[in-house]
Amino acid sequence: MSIRLGGIIAGLAITAVLLFWSLAPGVYNYAFGPAPEKQPSYAFYEHGEGPEGGFSFDGAFGKWDYAQLQRGYQVYKEVCSACHSLKFVAFRNLQELGYTEAEVDAEAASWTVPGIDPATGETTTRPGEPTDYFPMPFPNAIAAAAANNNAIPPDLSLMTKARHDGSNYVYSLLTGYTEPDPEKAAKVGFETPVGLYFNKHFPNVNIAMAPPLAVDGQVTYADGTNATIPQMATDVAAFLTWTAEPSLVQRKQTGWFVIGFLLFATVLAFLSYKQIWAGLKPKKG
Amino acid sequence: MSFAWAKQYEPQTALTKWLDDKLPLPRLVYSAVGAGYPVPRNLNYMWNFGVLAGFCLMIQIVTGVVLAMHYAANATVAFGTVEHIMRNVNYGWMLRYAHANGASFFFIVIYMHIFRGLFYSSYKAPREMIWLLGVVIFLLMMATAFMGYVLPWGQMSFWGAQVITGLFSAIPLVGEPLQVWLLGGFAPDNAALNRFFSLHFLMPFVIAGVVILHIWALHIPGSSNPTGVEVKQESDTVPFHPYYTTKDGFGLGVFLILFTTMVFFLPNALGHPDNYIEANPLSTPAHIVPEWYFWPFYAILRAFTGDLSIPFTGIVLIPAKLLGVIAMFGSILLWFILPWLDKSPVRSGHYRPLFRKFFWFGLIPTMIALFICGGAPAEEPYVVISQIATAYYFLHFLVILPIISQIEVPKALPFSITEAVLGNSKAAEAPRATGVVGGGDAGSLPDGSLQPAE
Amino acid sequence: MATDTAATSEIAAPDGVRRRDWIHIAALSTAGVGGASVLFPLVSQMAPSADVKAASTTEVDVGAIQPGQSIKWTFRKQPLFVKRLTAEEITRAKADDGAAMRDPATLASRTKEGHEDILVTMGVCTHLGCVPLGAAEGENKGEFGGYFCPCHGSHYDVAGRVRKGPAPLNLMVPEYSFTSDTVIRVG
Repeated sequence: MSIRLGGIIAGLAITAVLLFWSLAPGVYNYAFGPAPEKQPSYAFYEHGEGPEGGFSFDGAFGKWDYAQLQRGYQVYKEVCSACHSLKFVAFRNLQELGYTEAEVDAEAASWTVPGIDPATGETTTRPGEPTDYFPMPFPNAIAAAAANNNAIPPDLSLMTKARHDGSNYVYSLLTGYTEPDPEKAAKVGFETPVGLYFNKHFPNVNIAMAPPLAVDGQVTYADGTNATIPQMATDVAAFLTWTAEPSLVQRKQTGWFVIGFLLFATVLAFLSYKQIWAGLKPKKG
Repeated sequence: MSFAWAKQYEPQTALTKWLDDKLPLPRLVYSAVGAGYPVPRNLNYMWNFGVLAGFCLMIQIVTGVVLAMHYAANATVAFGTVEHIMRNVNYGWMLRYAHANGASFFFIVIYMHIFRGLFYSSYKAPREMIWLLGVVIFLLMMATAFMGYVLPWGQMSFWGAQVITGLFSAIPLVGEPLQVWLLGGFAPDNAALNRFFSLHFLMPFVIAGVVILHIWALHIPGSSNPTGVEVKQESDTVPFHPYYTTKDGFGLGVFLILFTTMVFFLPNALGHPDNYIEANPLSTPAHIVPEWYFWPFYAILRAFTGDLSIPFTGIVLIPAKLLGVIAMFGSILLWFILPWLDKSPVRSGHYRPLFRKFFWFGLIPTMIALFICGGAPAEEPYVVISQIATAYYFLHFLVILPIISQIEVPKALPFSITEAVLGNSKAAEAPRATGVVGGGDAGSLPDGSLQPAE
Repeated sequence: MATDTAATSEIAAPDGVRRRDWIHIAALSTAGVGGASVLFPLVSQMAPSADVKAASTTEVDVGAIQPGQSIKWTFRKQPLFVKRLTAEEITRAKADDGAAMRDPATLASRTKEGHEDILVTMGVCTHLGCVPLGAAEGENKGEFGGYFCPCHGSHYDVAGRVRKGPAPLNLMVPEYSFTSDTVIRVG
């Protein structure tokens, strides 16, 4: 009995504290206090829809489009890599994009990576090898910030997993640069400052990155595809989806096999279960 | 222990006879989860979750031990070693996704297990000890899950560690030094990461130990059942094997289909994108949330927005931060006295009309509201909703349950489990049992109660 | 309560016993197959990961090595011995080309054409993997003047061929090539 009495007293006490010291002042402020300051957050950001027709890897049966991944790699190499690293990806991984071993060797050698002079032991540079990882464009974060108006370009290895609906986000961001929208600027409370660029898909609509894909034909695709801005954005978004999750297609294919097997096993388990319990059925009548 | 009619293990071969003499392990298994354990014959699918929880613990230990072979608990490389697992280790992506989603599924299963216990009052005598040990397991799980989430050293890991250890700083006098002691520094870094890894590896085995005690305690009175009427006779029970082994096998299959669907098709759906950004002590993510399974308790923590002060004097008795921490821990700790708060002699919610109303229309909506508020940003209307829901949560357990158990008039109980399942064609008290028993009632219940023999 | 125990025995009712058995056996074996296939990723995760398997290369400048000197380098996390043989050692090694050996090999087959004074071997004893002595100045070079493994007493000659002791094979010559007259690329 004493436990119950104590419980009732404690319960009423907690409720009273909550209602009179937290809820009541909150409601009072809400009703009569000054309007709460709007936090500049997601309210202005427009969720991007992604490219028309979606990506080849979307959905439970999605597959890579290797030609697209190779085009996307070309966009990364010729445009993004000037500022953005790809530190968790090695050149050897490019073989998964459909390049042959010799092509990967040649591709790796076209990059310059840090090395050590075998004679003197001094740091130097050398052509990349398949086992090397993509080099960092800046030696350290301070250099990156200094070269980019104080905004450090993030590593892109995991970008599509580090943003909500990442593949579509990358596409939308790259194609989302427009003239500043006065209506949105009014909501944020400030005009796009000098040195920032208006982009309706960026969380606070003002991004430090200058439009990276500025003109159609900025990249000359090896396979002859017409390099429009949406095309380049789609390709590089696909490429960055691969860098973030190289196992994506293998994962889905394994998944179908596993679930198929489990369905079969579960049906058998159900039949076995029903057989066992059938013996317990009550006699009718 | 157990019932007089429980079958005894009889070794058949010379080898098993020898083993039974020296180390009666087969006998133990036979009596614990074999044909030698009589179980009520009317358990519904809600009784599957105990075995599933044990299975989840096993998944987590196996995948976890394997992941630890490739992971390094050092702030400079931890994030990179997780990516190494995802990219280079053979099937590393599968093992890590299984472990990450396994934690979520463990909590889904445990919440079903807990709320089954709450509805059927499985915590009541003679099963208080099972319930108390279960609460201990739940607390250990929460600590383990929190520390595991820190290990990938992403943005949510780092800020989660910062915020959760910050809870302890609310304790008067010793709070601040306690937080520094917990972290081994003034902010989460190598020291914190290493100790979290060590404890995250250790605690699942402690949980496994308490699980053994939990099952041991279960075998003293035997399993509860949906009628809440204790086993009276042999016909009330069936042997665990093969009846419930096959049923659990089927349940396990359904569980694995849902689990693998998440692992292979939506592996990051229950996680947060920010945790794929390496920890950065200089920048807090816009919206810090814990993992979904902590949301109800996080909502209780945040519900206390005002200091407890003496009105019109400005003297603060208890600051809001401490109130929130007390309430959050209290919301789970009060489960320890639950068996003594609810004194109704009737166990099953099926036979308690008033209790049932408060359970389905009070407690369950409250938990859903707390869950939603815990995951939402701290703005209106979520704050007010979480305050009302928090108030109801404490009122439900501490005030409503004790009062209901005094004033409620329970429905008539069946004489026995056999009568509940088979009808009382043999029993003399035919009129009493009609209307309260079996499928007719079960069909109208929201929990989809299934009577296996119907 | 004998009537109720009868319910249990109904499982073994005469009709359909075979069909019932079949379904239990099928369910149990499927579960067994499932359990066994889970072992596959659990076992294979311990095999070398993709980054370890990917072959890397190492460049070594051999120009500064004096005749009779050796240098130690690392190749794929293991020691690599590069030795410049003296004229006397080359003669001795060639003279032994026909001698009875556990793992017969000629000096020519263990060096590159035009560079037969440069001997590149792994510094890993083929017995149980210790690092043999003899690469550094003043170390025990063994009875045959090449390398000597102190762990279990394997003797290698100047061409790195095993001549005495428990080692089953000659010191391994890795794949390498000369990128210039003085630089080799191993791997």
